[in-house]
Amino acid sequence: MRSASARLSFWMKAAQAGALAVAVCFSLGATDANSRFNDLGHRLMCTCGCAQLLGECNHVGCPESRREREELKAAIAAGKSDKDIFDWFAAKYGATVLAAPTTQGFDLLAWIAPFAVFGAALLGTILLVRRWSVGATLSMPDPDLASADPDERVRLEKIRRETDSGSDRGF
Amino acid sequence: MAAFGSFALLIALALAAYNLLAGALALRLIATGQPLTTPTSKNRSLGTPARISPERLADTARRAGMASFVAVTAAAFALVWSVFSDDFSITYILEHSNRALPGAYKFSALWSGQEGSLLLWAWLLAAYGFVLRLTHKTDVKLYAYAGTILAGIQAFFLAILCFAAPPFALFQGAVPDDGNGLNPLLQYPEMVIHPPMLYLGYVGFSVPFAFALGALMMRYPGERWIKVTRVWTMVTWLFLTCGIFLGMHWAYAVLGWGGYWGWDPVENASFMPWLTGTAFLHSVMMQEKKGMMKSWNVWLIFTTFLLTMLGTLLTRAGLVSSVHAFAQSSIGTWFVVFMGMVLAVCIFTYILQRSHMQSEHQLESLVSRESSFLFNNLVLLTACFVILWGTLFPILSEYVVGSKVTVGAPFYNRVAVPIGLFLLFLTGVGPLLPWRATSLRAIRRNFVLPSIALWATVIVCLVAGARPWKDGALDAGNFYALVAFALSAGVLTAILSEFQRGAGVISRQTGRNLLAATWLLTRRNTRRYGGYIVHIGVVVIVIGLAGAAFNRNVESEMALHDKISIGPYTLVEVGATQDSNANYNSEYALLDVYKDGRKQFQMTPEKRVYLASGQPQTMVAIHSVPEWDLYVVYEGTNPDTGQPIIKAFLNPLVGWIWAGLVVLVLGTLVALVPALSPATAALRVPARTAPTEPALKGGMA
Repeated sequence: MRSASARLSFWMKAAQAGALAVAVCFSLGATDANSRFNDLGHRLMCTCGCAQLLGECNHVGCPESRREREELKAAIAAGKSDKDIFDWFAAKYGATVLAAPTTQGFDLLAWIAPFAVFGAALLGTILLVRRWSVGATLSMPDPDLASADPDERVRLEKIRRETDSGSDRGF
Repeated sequence: MAAFGSFALLIALALAAYNLLAGALALRLIATGQPLTTPTSKNRSLGTPARISPERLADTARRAGMASFVAVTAAAFALVWSVFSDDFSITYILEHSNRALPGAYKFSALWSGQEGSLLLWAWLLAAYGFVLRLTHKTDVKLYAYAGTILAGIQAFFLAILCFAAPPFALFQGAVPDDGNGLNPLLQYPEMVIHPPMLYLGYVGFSVPFAFALGALMMRYPGERWIKVTRVWTMVTWLFLTCGIFLGMHWAYAVLGWGGYWGWDPVENASFMPWLTGTAFLHSVMMQEKKGMMKSWNVWLIFTTFLLTMLGTLLTRAGLVSSVHAFAQSSIGTWFVVFMGMVLAVCIFTYILQRSHMQSEHQLESLVSRESSFLFNNLVLLTACFVILWGTLFPILSEYVVGSKVTVGAPFYNRVAVPIGLFLLFLTGVGPLLPWRATSLRAIRRNFVLPSIALWATVIVCLVAGARPWKDGALDAGNFYALVAFALSAGVLTAILSEFQRGAGVISRQTGRNLLAATWLLTRRNTRRYGGYIVHIGVVVIVIGLAGAAFNRNVESEMALHDKISIGPYTLVEVGATQDSNANYNSEYALLDVYKDGRKQFQMTPEKRVYLASGQPQTMVAIHSVPEWDLYVVYEGTNPDTGQPIIKAFLNPLVGWIWAGLVVLVLGTLVALVPALSPATAALRVPARTAPTEPALKGGMA
């Protein structure tokens, strides 16, 4: 009973640690103030039609990216917040200048859906595994071993367990 | 040649249609046990209808399918011939070639445009079908079903080629002396192999789809069909993998932005079937070993095939903005209708035959290899959904709120990267869990070494200067890179310890040294250990991808003898030169590269202007060593100052990505080789103890 409780506690802790790690992963964002220009340049698009991020557009004499970069530098120098800068760019060039959907209105759905689907699928899989789980049962001896004498069966099974191959041949 | 090519396509369409109709009729008659009766002039006079064996009818259908390959080959030959003979009376040749185009690129003109690439698709599909029909004796009935379904897909593509996107359409008006030339982006050696390789993968998924649907239609007894399908899927998956990576390398070497993956919709379109195909290759083992997930596997293959069609639709219908997209055309409607029909057939067949899909769903433990496969499938499918969602969201947004949005790298980096890391974690955990059941003690024993490797890597990275935080805040890129390195170390240790454990047992039993024992171990279970080698390849690739978090770049106008420094290198401008040939004019910057004050080598980044199209193109200079790539782009000259503009990148660990691909290919090839013999067949040892129940139970004690 104590063993079962300890096992449950171990898995609970493992699940909590996993959930925390996943939450940290999903909630991260670049916040480096010193590389703000570089960061914001990689969250805006060049509008010349090259489909490249503003920070990566490498066309010499590109009619748009140089001007956009100057505008971005000016906005950062003026002390505008990220949101104000994005709003300004979106107002001037349209929503497609933002390299990712915003977190407002319908755009929010773009961010929610992947996590909702992942969560639902994870829950579904856990429930499925629990439903299919029938507890530890004795399995049938491997047919390959049936013809072997008892001593050899033990030895062969030991080797198979150690190499995890044999009857479970395959990946 | 245009008339010959068009005629060959029509013949091919007729043959594919016959294969489809006669094959379907024959299979129906075989299923219902009825012979085919037809009145002929001879027997009509006798008053008795002739009897044609359905098997014979099916064989004529099969032969028609094989003949259609010959006809499509003739059409493809006609187009290639027309390119090489500069027949600009054909619009396609006029738009995608010119006289000065080098031979290899003339050949690649076959797939550089909409019509030609569809012809390549049809030809590859016909070639796959030819091989399938040629090997029909493996299982005559199953292959007849698969061949008939493939004929349906062939007929669709050939109908497009004949009526919607004819590659042999003639130019109206006076024929120009020279063509418009090939897109400069495509004039690169990898472009001669990347598209065919990708298409081999894309088209190849039609074959497992045909087998899966055929097996479902005929209520195929047992799991043998899945073994046949698995081999086809692995081959196809290998081609698709190579195609994707060749595309990445092409983007890296040609586009000049310093990266290899831009989350472009068409890149995404090729990645989605790869994900579902990978999920299938894992979950199919559950069906083979435990009789589980039959419906799931069938739907994974259906989905994979439909995703290849969706990818083709995205590229060709102008639904999304992409550097890969062909000109907008009406063939999008054809694809939508075809996908709808395929989906309807799949659903109808599944509903009709669902009783055949009863699975034995039993898991002995929550912590087992079976469970890990379920979670592996969950993560792969979630990743596929995320990419599909991101790709289609701009269309959805435009439809719902009337404004288009961009879903680019920042979205995928935030959503898909954590999912990828979770998948990497499962890659390490899966092999450590035995089938059926395990114990806490066994888990602890198996996980000790990988855990030590994982945490040791974290410590080494921190000591070496990696910082997952900056200015008091977490730095996402560095944090993900650190997690990726640590997980990679753990996974690599887990896999290598699996090899070591198995080889150690064989070594003890046979007296061979560890290397020979590892070789024997792999040969005796190629599928399992080939799979592990694939996982090692994936780990090496992940290490290479994680290096991107530490990319650096510097851009500068460089006059003669000017210097720029990046990492340990100093680049000195020592001049510029020009060259020209019949196809393009080029300018080179000559840069001496110094390290520790000593000249190491010279780099010559190039900029070309193609004469036929007038389009410019960069040719990046790359110096690759295991630690990093020194990547230099000659962006052209500043129009105001006349000085060359040089952009240099130092991209850590990029070479590991390509090295990882080689390991991955090697592992897949090993997995495709039949195993030598059962793992323990030769390990006869003297008996010592009597068997006990737990010993026979299997799994880890």
